[in-house]
Amino acid sequence: MTSVVFDAKDISRAITRISHEILERNKGANNLALIGIRTRGVTLAQRIRVKINEIENTEIDFGILDITLYRDDIASGKQNPLVEKTSIPFPLEGKQVVLIDDVLFTGRTIRAAIDALIDFGRPSTVQLGVLIDRGHRELPIRPDYVGKNIPTSKNNRVRVRMSEDDGIDEVHIIDPSTAKNS
Amino acid sequence: MFKLRSILGTNGLKKDEIVTILDTADTFKEISTRPIKKVPTLRGRTIINLFFEPSTRTRTSFEIAGKRLSADVINISGSTSSTVKGENLIDTAQNLEAMNPDILVIRHSQSGAAEMISRCIQCPVINAGDGFHEHPTQALLDLQTIRETKGSLEGLKVAIVGDIAHSRVVRSNIYAMKAMGMEVRLVGPPTMIPVEIQKLGVSVDYYLEKAIQDVDVIMMLRIQTERQNRYLLSSLREYSNLFCLTSKILEKAKDDVLIIHPGPVNRGVEIALDVMESERSLILNQVTNGVAVRMALMYLLLGGSDDSVN
Repeated sequence: MTSVVFDAKDISRAITRISHEILERNKGANNLALIGIRTRGVTLAQRIRVKINEIENTEIDFGILDITLYRDDIASGKQNPLVEKTSIPFPLEGKQVVLIDDVLFTGRTIRAAIDALIDFGRPSTVQLGVLIDRGHRELPIRPDYVGKNIPTSKNNRVRVRMSEDDGIDEVHIIDPSTAKNS
Repeated sequence: MFKLRSILGTNGLKKDEIVTILDTADTFKEISTRPIKKVPTLRGRTIINLFFEPSTRTRTSFEIAGKRLSADVINISGSTSSTVKGENLIDTAQNLEAMNPDILVIRHSQSGAAEMISRCIQCPVINAGDGFHEHPTQALLDLQTIRETKGSLEGLKVAIVGDIAHSRVVRSNIYAMKAMGMEVRLVGPPTMIPVEIQKLGVSVDYYLEKAIQDVDVIMMLRIQTERQNRYLLSSLREYSNLFCLTSKILEKAKDDVLIIHPGPVNRGVEIALDVMESERSLILNQVTNGVAVRMALMYLLLGGSDDSVN
């Protein structure tokens, strides 16, 4: 069974609120850098960047991170995922970096993202913003900015669709025990 | 998706497999430009480079590629291995496999050596050049270099000039370029062009100046003075007079023609100094891309899972 738990308006409000929270926590946009985690995290980060630009009227540094090469399940015997480009076109030293991803689940992606980030330099702080926190953490990782907490069971799938990538803004929960499609 | 277990040659590689390798290599290239040129992807994996022929570029390239992915890389050269005590190649390979490497990279002067080894052991094998047969990683890095500059490969015309008969680079490039929909023209003295090579879907020309006029890429090959070429040429100087790529001959070519060479270069024999150093020459880009292509192959051969991240 598939159900929409967050629609386009919810997503838009969440992005506006997170943008304000980021500016409030970091006391403005100085030294701020947004880094999106591929793929939906990049789209989300782009929208937050635009929103912050509207609020503060300033361009902030923007990067893209592909964490595939830092995953801890690379050796588990099946097919490797395709790697896409990482681009962090600014020095990280002294930056207040906000990592952005769509769904926070086990925390392993964020662990990989932090490891990858540290290989590029030494930011002064690293914060985490996610659209959906669905629980079931396997590592001690906690988000600083959350669009919505959604309780899920562990075998549910949460899918974020963004209009830039998928033609529509919405968040689904898919329950594989009642539907075959995913 | 990518399902190959070993890379023994480009013969038989499908277009989508080549595209996957080149796309992956494109993204791996960025790692070599970072301040910390290393990712933890293949941590705890072991790669053995078994080289029975001299090599600077290829061996170093494989070693750097493995190390930038955090694998442990061990280099063995023919002169320091037990083969000098009379051990045969299969025994050597099986003994190395008994130490559980994850990839065996092999270069050997016998055509077919890599394939023979791959049949005797379970571990993935990458052919780093076997006799006159194939040198697949070279062909892939050539394609990546061309694609990077030209944007796409489909429909491009390539002239390959030199000792076609003894070049494993040529054979690997013919298979790969044909798979990508490119047009290949072989150029050289008749003694260096195998009869019936046209059956691979290529054309043959014996005049350099004419052959390069409409091509997008010129690949110059090294005259391999260590092989039996002395029987195929009356003199190096004669060869040079007829087949050396000079700026004068290049005037006949397209303005945006690219020049590549698998190295090592005999300066002044097959390519003139000023041509080699001109901006149309991508010889050093090829070397840079070689690391990325080999990283990509190591990553793709040692597959992980793609269904567990949310």
